[in-house]
Formats: sequence, structure tokens, C-alpha cells
Amino acid sequence: MNVKALLPVLLLLAAPVLGQGFAGLGTEAQGFARPAPGTVLEFPADHGAHPAFRIEWWYLTANLVGPDGTDYGVQWTLFRSALAPETRSGWSSPQIWMGHAAVTTPTRHFVAERLARGGIGQAGVTAAPFAARIDDWRMAGPDLSALRLSASGPDFTYDLSLDTARPLVLNGTAGYSVKSAEGQASYYYSQPFYTVRGRLDLPQGPVPVTGRAWLDREWSSQPLAETQEGWDWISLHFDNGAKLMGFRLRQQGGETYGSGTWVGADGTVRTFGDGEMTMTPLRETRVAGRDIPVKWRVRLPAHGVDVTIEAVNDSAWMDTLFPYWEGPVRITGSHGGRGYLEMTGYD
Amino acid sequence: MIRATLAALMSHWWRHPLQLVSLAVGLALATGLWTGVQAINGQARDSYDRAARLLGQNRFATIEAADGQRFGQARYVALRRAGWQVSPVLEGAMRVGDLRLRILGVDPVTAPPDAVPRTVTGGGSLLPFITPPGVAFAAPQTVSALDAASGLPALRVAEGLLPGVLVVDIGIAQRLLSAPGAVSRLIVAPEQPVGRAPLADVAPGLVQRAPQARADISRLTDSFHLNLTAFGLLSFAVGLFIVHAAVGLAFEQRRTLFRTLRAIGVPLVGLIALLGAEIVVLALGAGLAGVALGYGIAAALLPDVAATLRGLYGASVPGTLDLSAGWWLGGLAVAVLGAAAASAQSLWRVWRMPLLAPAQPRAWARASARSMVAQSALAAGLAMAALALALWGQGLVAGFALLAAMLLGAALALPAVLSALLWGAERTATGALAQWFWADTRQQLPGLSLALMALLLALAANIGVGTMVASFRQTFTGWLDQRLASELYVTAASEAQAARLRTWLAPRTDAVLPIWSVEGPLAGAPGAVFGVADHRTYRDNWPMLRIQPGAWDRVAQGRAALINEQLMRRAGLVPGDMLRLPGGHALPVAGVYSDYGNPRGEAMIGVDLLTALYPQVPRLRYAIRVDPAQVAALARALVEDFGLPPDNVTDQARIKAMSLGIFEQTFTVTAALNVLTMGVAGFAMLMSLLTLSTMRLPQLAPVWALGLTRARLAWLELGRALMLAALTMVLALPVGLLLAWVLLAVVNVAAFGWRLPMHLFPADWARLAALALLAGGLAAAWPALRLLRTAPADLLKVFAHER
Amino acid sequence: MLLEGRDIAKGYDSGGEHVQVFSGVSFSVASGEAVALTGESGSGKSTLLHLCAGLDRPDRGQVRLDGVPLGALRDASRARLRRTRIGLVFQQFNLIPSLPVAANLSFQARLAGREDTAWTGTLAERLGLTPLLRRYPEQLSGGQQQRVAIGRALAGRPGLILADEPTGNLDEATGDTVMDLLLGLVAETGAGLLMVTHSRRLADRLDRRLRLSGGALCR
Repeated sequence: MNVKALLPVLLLLAAPVLGQGFAGLGTEAQGFARPAPGTVLEFPADHGAHPAFRIEWWYLTANLVGPDGTDYGVQWTLFRSALAPETRSGWSSPQIWMGHAAVTTPTRHFVAERLARGGIGQAGVTAAPFAARIDDWRMAGPDLSALRLSASGPDFTYDLSLDTARPLVLNGTAGYSVKSAEGQASYYYSQPFYTVRGRLDLPQGPVPVTGRAWLDREWSSQPLAETQEGWDWISLHFDNGAKLMGFRLRQQGGETYGSGTWVGADGTVRTFGDGEMTMTPLRETRVAGRDIPVKWRVRLPAHGVDVTIEAVNDSAWMDTLFPYWEGPVRITGSHGGRGYLEMTGYD
Repeated sequence: MIRATLAALMSHWWRHPLQLVSLAVGLALATGLWTGVQAINGQARDSYDRAARLLGQNRFATIEAADGQRFGQARYVALRRAGWQVSPVLEGAMRVGDLRLRILGVDPVTAPPDAVPRTVTGGGSLLPFITPPGVAFAAPQTVSALDAASGLPALRVAEGLLPGVLVVDIGIAQRLLSAPGAVSRLIVAPEQPVGRAPLADVAPGLVQRAPQARADISRLTDSFHLNLTAFGLLSFAVGLFIVHAAVGLAFEQRRTLFRTLRAIGVPLVGLIALLGAEIVVLALGAGLAGVALGYGIAAALLPDVAATLRGLYGASVPGTLDLSAGWWLGGLAVAVLGAAAASAQSLWRVWRMPLLAPAQPRAWARASARSMVAQSALAAGLAMAALALALWGQGLVAGFALLAAMLLGAALALPAVLSALLWGAERTATGALAQWFWADTRQQLPGLSLALMALLLALAANIGVGTMVASFRQTFTGWLDQRLASELYVTAASEAQAARLRTWLAPRTDAVLPIWSVEGPLAGAPGAVFGVADHRTYRDNWPMLRIQPGAWDRVAQGRAALINEQLMRRAGLVPGDMLRLPGGHALPVAGVYSDYGNPRGEAMIGVDLLTALYPQVPRLRYAIRVDPAQVAALARALVEDFGLPPDNVTDQARIKAMSLGIFEQTFTVTAALNVLTMGVAGFAMLMSLLTLSTMRLPQLAPVWALGLTRARLAWLELGRALMLAALTMVLALPVGLLLAWVLLAVVNVAAFGWRLPMHLFPADWARLAALALLAGGLAAAWPALRLLRTAPADLLKVFAHER
Repeated sequence: MLLEGRDIAKGYDSGGEHVQVFSGVSFSVASGEAVALTGESGSGKSTLLHLCAGLDRPDRGQVRLDGVPLGALRDASRARLRRTRIGLVFQQFNLIPSLPVAANLSFQARLAGREDTAWTGTLAERLGLTPLLRRYPEQLSGGQQQRVAIGRALAGRPGLILADEPTGNLDEATGDTVMDLLLGLVAETGAGLLMVTHSRRLADRLDRRLRLSGGALCR
């Protein structure tokens, strides 16, 4: 057993991880806080970390365009994983941090990953002024309305400015997002309205880019049911200004559990539950030894959505400790636009 | 045809089982000693590699402080925040009872894959690993040795770790080593992000070092292993002598058979192929036995080797063997190659043998004078080469080449020298019997010369190594008396305890002398810097080889440094030169002291300068000067009143005993190999005499017929062997002393960095001479006894012509 | 009587079977007498000669030299007798290869403490060995080697010369020369000679002939 195989164990408790949902997210969460319906999220405090919860992320995806019209995708994610529901200073802190960054072009997919121990100042999040960082990667600003985003990998760096004046979107019921029929849930809010300007540095040279970005904030202690194996998740920017976040959690035996949020062009937010949105795989591709659906038909009849989404780059495989597929998509059909697709648990 | 031919060829061995035994045993001994030594070396090297792998030093670059000292973890965080993908390691030594532990603190989260022991798994989770008291992974024997120890993390067995190493989380290591926030070095991941700031901007004072192909420790232990290899090679050569002789005889005695076979139509190529196959089969059989023997030798010697390496170099090598299939196959290959080399000449002769030449067997023993001339020429050439190497050679390899040239040259010259001596004796002999005795001995010399050469090598090696060891022991003992002048040595458990200890000791002793040191590079190699107090203890006793006037004053004032002999030789520093300390501070060298038994370079500076340059130096160890009459009482009071653990209080006598123990162990293996080499030589002698004895009858029978009894002849045979052994011993003496000189003045200097005065020990020589005579006598006793019991009928066969 | 055999029997074991070579052999050789011992191959001529030299013991009967029964003597005494009283000449010459001709020539006489340098010199001269004295046996021809062997046998002036096919390995002309020398010198010293030969021609040159046949001495 090498360290690579070992670290999941180390990182995410002693449980036999891989058998129980993606990245151990379906395991028991003894001693950790549990999301409760009716909790009112408070900002800016809730932009910061919640160490009493087992898992948390600051998840940003951006659909960008270069001067020549080329599509680019950018991902910046900071995960927090708690071994115990407490904070301690120094090396004995049970808070472990993990960062994923990626740049996707139609032909290439650049990935970098960072790991850090909490308690020694190598990684962490402060709510106000807002700063999330691991090593040299940063997502920081005075608050969430204006952010500087940077990351670097062996073959890329990026530096982006994100701006929005729009309010946050609370998913589920006032930010309480149910993930299974058994009641697994997370706190989940988003900021889907960023406009982006900045620069990518890729092996072929610097690329000035503009575009749109979407920030997801989610924390929980057991976001998946034990029987759930993975999820397919989309965040779509429609050309008419509307936004759609939707996911379906795949259960053993082929059942799924879905949910999502529709944000109209005018800013009206409507969340929907299981069964309202359908996602149908249209085309699979072979990536990293797995068959991954990279083209989907997505229907949300309540909002007249019947679109086909297709990966900008089929090979947007995140070859990280917990591998998954995450990449930009093009939208055609009833609506046009760009978005992000994330798929986990395909083994 | 092949079967019939093979049967004809092999029948020889059944009729001459002694030759078969001689060949097999010779080959098995050669293979056994060689593979045994290789097994020991391989095991040690494997341990070094594992040590290097443990820290990732062999594959990953590291970042260290320029002065080699620990640094704060804030610099690690700063580097990470600048994008540097590095992972911290804190390393240090800790004593639990009598066990010296190496604590290895790692960060499993940031360590590159495989940079951290794979075994830090065990199915346990990260949480107990990082939460005090933590979890420590260790080799099974270390876990059981630490069974009842308190104050340690929970112990988990991890296969593949070196004994004495505890792998813990870096946070736990900081607690165990009382080094909060400290980092020894950073492992640099092979993949780094683009566009990160240069190291010097982010963390001035830290330097990056390339991956080291070899562990530091293997640089230090090279000499030791070279020493073993040299012995293995010597034994191998001696063993091959035996094989060469046995094969040569077997071929010579079958010359008639070869001719007959060829005359009746066996093609030459087929004959050669069959003979080659015969050699290979014999070699495989003997090789198998040899490899098994090698395993036995290695298994028997390894615990001593491991103890030596631990004592002398601090290298951890398990005392048990763990050999790969490759080693076994390699051993067999060595046996086959050795047999092939030993029989090449004989095969060549068969190849060149004219079909129609008279088939009368040429007496094998009657080697031509020409070959002796060629041998002597070769010996002279080797002597010249040895001289050239002695004059101009540099380094360890040249030292061993010198040894090889010298020994081989001496061995090759032996037959000619002995022949000349015997010729002289023959000329001065008056009686017919004496004249015959000398002439006949000379006649036999070619047949015995290989065995005698083996004996010469074994004796010379014995004298040489014995002289070196004894010289070393004598010098070392005297040196220890000088070096360990203080009465008591104590170690505090923590800085706070050390401070209390100083206060407590002050009114109770004559002086409390700090033994504080930091490790760091000196002249580009691992070294250490000690702080020395300004005290008479040093001025009066310290074993100085060279010293400038006023040196101690200048050292005390922080204006000069003293260095050990190793550093002087390695760095070419002489008093007056400037020495760069770890971190860059430079001081003039004011003197050189001898420092036997220490593989590293060392420097001594004033203790005030040491604490100024290296504020974090641990101040735990002290030497105490006190009235010798009060030593026992003070030691007791330190334990009972002050509360030091008994293990932390050591008196002078015990340290001396420990040092001598380590020293003795260092040469245990050498001594064992020495005995084995001697055994091989004795065996060679026995085999040669036995094979010769079967060919001796035609030479002895006429003498018997002319009026000597068999008893008289047997005594003469015994006397001949004893005389040859004695002569060889006499000739081995100067060779052995030369060998000792080379070992002391060339090899030791190159290997360890110190030169020892040579002392002579004639009593040892007398013992060895007795041993040589015993070996020769024992080897000759059996053939002599056989001669004594030979039936007259067998002797008469020599004269028979109608049978 | 110089040499006397009485009712001698000798056999050997071969493959578990006892082979009787001869039995009931009685004979005598007087000083100054030259006796030929003839017989077919395997009749035991050499064996009988070896018994006469005290190199082996008979199974039965006695060999007496100067009236002393050899069988009653210890090993050392028989060895002394051999070196002082007997001169041996073998078919294969059996010189000592490590010694030069001069040393070979005088070897037995010196062993016996009976060296007479003048006589040895005479012998060398008579045998034509003077120019070869410094050579080694392997450097000599067969005839030369046998001449050295004859010289060695005679150098100590032994009372009895025992010769086993001394010319068996030599061509006829050389053999004749060697035989002339042997017979001449033996006659000169007055020693007795017992010589094994299968050559009728040679046997005829001697005083008397003993013939071994069918395990017994004829005539």
C-alpha cells in the first residue's frame, strides 16, 4: 500500500473509505455537527470555515473566453476535511486542507493539487476580510463581491479578478440542501453571477480572458447517504442571463436522487426537488480507464429547459487523490450558453 | 558416442576421488567465502539504501540550512506560501534506557508519494498519528525492545523499517525531541509549480541539495566494506588456486586418455565441449555447496558486522540475512566463472595438444623452469607496480591495488625464492640423503607451489592484519586515556534540567565542562563542531598531533579552531589555514588532534563562540572533573539526590570499556576471515600433498629399494612439509610487515583519515609460525602415514614390467 | 653361500582368489658366480628377484644372504643390508630424477657410507659417463641411464648384484654394450650376479641358468 492509497485513509478517518460513497462522504459522522433545517445562515461569518463539520468546500468554476473566441474553463477549489470536530493550533490540529486547481482548454486539461495541515498557517479561510488560501493559491477580497483568484501548477498559473453586485443564492430550503431520501443534507449557498477578467499562463503563452464564474459554498458532515455512489452535478450560465444548478446523486441499484436551483434572468430564485429535472447521458467517453458520460440531455420542464450539454474537452479528468471529472460544457437546445459539469464516483 | 566418451572421461574421477574432493571443496570454499562477504556487503548496502529511501534522500532534492542546523517551521510555511512544494522532516536522536533511537518526524500530508515510509499505514488513521501522544511506527524488533518504555507514542509494527528508527508525525517528533517548531530539512517534491519565487528570496540561509545517489553513511562505511571485499577476494583467489591445481592434475593424468579418444575418432571440439560440460557440472555442484557455505558464513558474521557498523558509524544494519534469488544465482555464476578461469589453461592445452605426439604423460609436477622464470618476471613487474603505487598512488583504491600487487607479487615470487634457497641447501649438503632430500624437495616445488603460495598469502595477511589490529589497539588504548580525562560524564534530559544540573554540580565538583556540539558540513562532508571550555583538562591531556604556540588561548578567545586528524587529511588543512565552520564563519586552524575511531571530520572551538554561532546548540552533556575518590559518591548522588536517570551518568571506566568494545568488534570479522583464509591455505596444502603423494611412489620406490625404510621415508616427507611451511613462514614475515605498513600508512589514512604508529609483536609471529607448522604438519601427516603403510607390493609395482 | 633360497613359495591375492606364483623353489648363487633367471612372462622371475633383494617376504621358505635369513630381519636391518650388500639394476633404470648423474652414481655407496671416490671415478670412466656427470637423468638416453644404474649398483662394491632385465628397454646393440660392461665389472669385483632375462642369448653368456616354469624351478 503506498502513500497515495493510504492518504485517503489518513485524510478521511479510519473507516474503509472507498467502499462507502465517493471520498468517504457517505460515512458516519460521529461527534460532528449535523446540518439542521431552519438554521439561518449568517454572513460574512458563514463564508469562513466550520470546523465542527466534517467536510467543507469553497468551489469556484469559471467559463472563460480568449481573444480568439476559444473556450476555457478554470476551477479553483479548497476543501476542508476534519478528522475531529475541533480546532487545535500547531501540528496536532485535526483540520486538513486540500486544494484543486485546473485550467481546461479544448485540447488540454491542466491539474494541480495541494495538501496542507491546519494549525501551522499553511492553509485556511478567514471570513472578513475574506481570504481562502492554501500554499500560494488564494481566493481573497474585501468580501465575496470582489475577489482575486490565483493558483499555480507545474505547467500553468492563473490570476483572475471576479466581480459581482448580485446577492448570494441559497440553495435548498434557505441554504439547507437535502441530499437523499433518508435526509442527508448540507448547507449550500452559491454566488453564480461573477464576471471575470484576467490572465491564464499556459505552456503556449499568456492568454487574456473574460467570462463568468460561479462560486459554491457547501459544508456538511455526511452529505451523502451510505448507498449513494457519486453524483452528476451541473452549473449552467444561459445566454439569457438565467442560471441553473442541478445535481443527481446516484444510488446503488440505479436509483437517483436529484435537486437544484433555478435563478431567473431577473434574479428570482426557485429551488426544486427530486424528479423535476432529468439528466440523460447521450455519449460516453473513455477517460482514465472509465466510461464517463460527457454529453447529456438536461430537461427542466417547469422552466422550459431542454438542452444538450457537451464537454468542451472530453478529457477533463481530475487525476487527484480522489479522482473525478470536472470541466466546462457548451449548451445547445432550448437555451444556449456555457457551464460546468462535475461527475464523481465513476469507477 | 557422447555417452561412451563421457563415461570414459568421468571414470577418472571415481578412480581419483581425492581430486574430485579437492576440486569440489576448493571451489566451494572459494565460492563460499566470496559470496559470504558479498552477502554481508549486500545486506549492509541494502540497509543504507533503505535508510536513504526512508528519508527520500536518494530520489528527492532537499532544502537545508546552510549551516546544517535545524530551522524554524515558519520558513517551511513561508516556502509553501510561495508555492514551493516541500515537506518538512525533523530528525533527531533519543535515548530510551540503553536504546538509541532515531526519531524521524514526517508530515504524511505533504510528503511526496514514497518519500515517507510506506509502512506508515497499518490501517490506522491520521488522527491518532498526529494527536499527542501520537503513534510511532518501528521495526518489529524495535517495538519489542521498547515494550515497556514509557513516555513514547503508541508503537506500531511496520515491516521494512530499519531497527532503531521511530517514524512519527513531525508534531510528535518536535515534542519527543524537545524541539518545538523545529525542522531539520525539507523534502523537495519533483514537480514544482511554475513562476515561484527563488529560494534565496523566500528563505535566505536555506540551500537546496541535489538528491544523493548514495547515503551519507555509505561514504563513511565504504572503507569497511572494501576491507571485507578484499578479504573475500583473497580467499576466492586462494580457493581458485586449489581448483586450478586439481583441474590441472586431472587433465594431465588424462592426457593419454584424450589422445586415445581422439585417435579413435572423437572430434577435438566434441572432446573440449565434453570437458567444458564436465567442469560446468562440477562447478554447479560445488557452487551450490559454496553458496550454502557463504550463507552460513554471512549469517554467522553478520551480527558482528552489524554491531561494528552501529558502533563505529551509527549505521543501522539488521543482524539477520535477507537474500534475494539474484544473490544465490550470482554465487553459482561466480563458481562457474571461477572454475572456468581455473581450467582455461588446461582446456587450452588439450586444444593445442598434437594428436601424434608421444602419449607418455609428462610428469605434472616437473614444471618447466621456463614457467618459473615467467612467474618471477611477473612477480618483479608486480613489485614495481606496488612500488609505483606506494610512491604515487592516491586514495583507498590505490591502497588496495598496492596491497594486491604486493601480495600477488610476493606469492608469485615464492617458488623462485624457495627454489633458490633449496638449491643452495642442496649445494652445501654433504650426505647423500641430505642432498637427495633437498634436490627432491626442489623437484616437488612446482607441485606444491600453489599451496605454498596460498599459505604465504594467508600467513602474510595474518601477520599484516594482526600487526595492524594490535598496533591500533595499543595506540587506541593510550589515546583513550588521554582523551577521556574527566572522571564522570552526565547527560541532562532537557535544557531546564541541564541548567539545574550546572547549579547543582558547581559546589560539588572541581569543574563542569560542557560537551556541546552541532553537526554540519565541514569541508563538504558530514562533520561536527564541538565547544571546548578553557580548562587545564584539555591543555594537559588532549592528544594533540600538532599545535601552534598559544593555541588553547586563541581557541578560548574564539580566535582559532582545532581540528581532528581526519579533517586535516581530508581537507588538506594545516595549522595556519582557514577553516569554514557550518554556516560560513571562518577561523584559523591552530592545532590538530588525533581522533581514532571517528569516521567524521571534527573541529573544536571555544564554547562561547559555539553558543554565539549556534544559539540552539543542545546544552545537555557535561564532563565532570572531581576527586577520583569521590566519583562513586557523586554518581550516586546524581541519581538519588538530583534525580538523573542512571543511564545518563557514566564514569570514565565504563566509557573506556564501551569504546574498546566497539573497537574490538570492528576487527572480529577481520579476524574470523583471517582464520578462514588460513583454513583454506591449510586445505590447499593438504590437497596438494595428497595428490602429490600418489605420484610420489615412482620417485620414492627406488630410494626405498636402495636401502631406506618406509618409516624413514615417511619422516622425511613430513619433515619436508614442515621445512617448506617454516620457510614460507619466514618469507611471509617481511611480506606481512610490509602489508601492515601499507594498511596503517596508506589504507587506514585513506579509509579513516588517521595514521597509526606501527608496533611489532614478535610473540604473535611465534604463535603464527607454530600455527603454520601445525598446518603444514597436519597436512603432511596423512600422506606420510599413507606412505608408511604402503605395502611393499605396491612399491614393487614401480619396478614391475611383467604384468 | 652368498645367496641361498630354500623351498620358497610366493603368491598374491587377486579378485578374492589366491594365485600361487611359485612354490618349493630352492637355489643358490655363489660369490663370483653369474646366474641367469629365465622363464616365461608371468612366471615370477621379478618376484623371485625382489624376494632375494629383501624388498618383499616369501610366503614360505627362506632367503639367506651370507647365511643370514632375510625373513628374520626387521625392516631397518633389511634396508641396511640392501644398501650395503646388494646392488640393484632395474629394467626401467629407476634413477633419481632430481639428482645429477654424479650424485646418482654415488648415491647408494654414500647412503651405505662406503663411498670410494677413486672407484666411483673408475666406474664413471669405464662406463663412459665422465662427460655426463653433471647432467640429469632426463637428459640421458636409455643406454646412458642404464650405465648410470649399473654404476650406482657397483659403486658400493656390494657382494651381490641383482639385475632385472637390464637391457629389456634397450636396442640390441646398446644392450650388448651395456651387458658387456655389467658382466665385465661384476667379474672384476668378484660379486655374485643373479640376472632376470628372457633372452636365451644373454642367459647363455652367464655361468649358469635357472628356469622358472609352471610355478617351479626347473633343473
